[in-house]
Amino acid sequence: MILKLLRQATPYWFLLPGLFILGTLLSVPLYKVIEYSLYDNVIIEPDPTFVGLQNYADMLGDSGYWSALFNTAVFTIGSVVGHLLVGTILAMLVNADIHPKARTVFRSLLILPWIFTAVVVALNWQLLLNPFGVVNYALQSIGLVSEPLDWLGDPDLAMWSLLIISTWRGYPFIMVSFLSGLQSIPSELYEAADIDGANFFHKFWHVTVPQLKPVIYGVALLDLIWTFQLFPLVWLTTGGGPGRSTEVLSTLTYRLAFVDFEFSRASTAAVTILGISAIFTMLYLINESRNRT
Amino acid sequence: MSGQISRVVVSPKKPWLREATRVRITRVSLYLALILAVVVITFPVLWMLSVSFKPTTDTFSLPPQLIPENFQLDGYIKVLQNETFRTFIINSYLIGLAVTFLSLIIGTLAAFAFSRYRFFGDQAAKLFVIATQMVPTITLLIPFFGVIVWLRLYDTHLGLIVTYLTFGLPYAIIMMNAYLNTIPKDFDEAAIIDGCSPFRVLFSVLLPMATPGLISTAVYTFLLSWNEFLFALALTRSTEMRTVPVGISMLVGEFGLKWDEMMAFSVIGSVPVLLLFMFVQRYVVSGLSAGGVKG
Repeated sequence: MILKLLRQATPYWFLLPGLFILGTLLSVPLYKVIEYSLYDNVIIEPDPTFVGLQNYADMLGDSGYWSALFNTAVFTIGSVVGHLLVGTILAMLVNADIHPKARTVFRSLLILPWIFTAVVVALNWQLLLNPFGVVNYALQSIGLVSEPLDWLGDPDLAMWSLLIISTWRGYPFIMVSFLSGLQSIPSELYEAADIDGANFFHKFWHVTVPQLKPVIYGVALLDLIWTFQLFPLVWLTTGGGPGRSTEVLSTLTYRLAFVDFEFSRASTAAVTILGISAIFTMLYLINESRNRT
Repeated sequence: MSGQISRVVVSPKKPWLREATRVRITRVSLYLALILAVVVITFPVLWMLSVSFKPTTDTFSLPPQLIPENFQLDGYIKVLQNETFRTFIINSYLIGLAVTFLSLIIGTLAAFAFSRYRFFGDQAAKLFVIATQMVPTITLLIPFFGVIVWLRLYDTHLGLIVTYLTFGLPYAIIMMNAYLNTIPKDFDEAAIIDGCSPFRVLFSVLLPMATPGLISTAVYTFLLSWNEFLFALALTRSTEMRTVPVGISMLVGEFGLKWDEMMAFSVIGSVPVLLLFMFVQRYVVSGLSAGGVKG
């Protein structure tokens, strides 16, 4: 009897260390941050006062919060669309009928943007997008712009520049995920379409997209969840500026906490990031369990 | 760019061309499109290399020189001679290796339970692990700071190791679970009949067969730790505890104009990642698609 119980406990022993670490080091902080958002002057004052939902009410009345929320939506949707577009095109190119050795080489070169640390990515693009940098030089010499543009310093351009950088940085994840999806599409489907006289776009819409559909939805949601909370890339390239033109929820949270030392307000903003992520995570998990069964 | 590509991939039927010629034209234009894509995509990296090898005064010289006219190694020499930079690199290796080692052990144990046992709560536990990947790191930052201070781990290597372990574990568990699932259960059963304990089954039978999975998980967790910026910035204070990404970002403040040194340090900081990636790319890509892993 005891032996049987012990045997049934085996998987729990294997799980214990991992789940203990994740359970304590993720759950305790999550509980804490929600608690912080209900108090005033946390961390700085030893004895903070309970204020209920006052911080949330204040935040909803703050135009800075709404503009950060709007910027986050623009940045997230723009980035995900960029990743999907570039990722799909490059995945299809790499998957096309070329020599397998060449395929491997192209694939590794095209994954490159994904492996650099955000600091290096930010520095690289600051160099390229500098008013005296290569991008302006190239655009001027082909006559697209007459004056050098301050890509990261002009409030009207900064978000666009950020989207270009984010697209460059993030498409490889989509490309790699789609690549394995594309390789699993049976070639008979394309051959049948060829016999029916389908052109490239027909085949793309009626064979590739439906076959990739489960992959596309899941991967796009993952990308959305991660881009939504992205901090280092934005902080290190524009710092949320110029002004507040590229301030997203994550940089706002960081600024409130570690620049203004307003930990209660920062926690409140952080909880809203958590809440919105939780909705998308829910959608992702539902999709995952549907795919599995 | 999309105009380029659609022209390339669509191969309109031209009856006056022989089939073989058409295939050849399609293939050549495919290669051209791919080469163009690679040039555009890798240009920022090439430019980083270029700037690291020329004097700062030439950084913005016109017309831009991709191959430096005044080739020099000053940036690299200064960075490598500087003891502080060496400390950053050693810290990053130390933390990265510790995180990789611990994630592999703890992650494999959990993955083994998920892959080989059906038990009460297994689906819930699995969903919990997947959900932990999605927790916004910025939300964790403020309370994590408190927890790390409370554990007396602020400004220590151990503090960062514990932090990255929490971030790396979900991926390690999911990737190893996916890999172990590909190994038939017949192997375990044979070993159990021979009288092996579950531990022996895992370590002597399954793990030797799971080497590719272990490699891709190891590379992934190492990359995650090597590249992390936000927590490395917030959970350390002294220069002796800083890692490479924070070190590079500190350079920006200190010598805003020394592009050669900044880029040389960026290159040096990226080399381990590049080498790792080039050698084991095959495994990483397969592991990535198995785990659905963070970009």
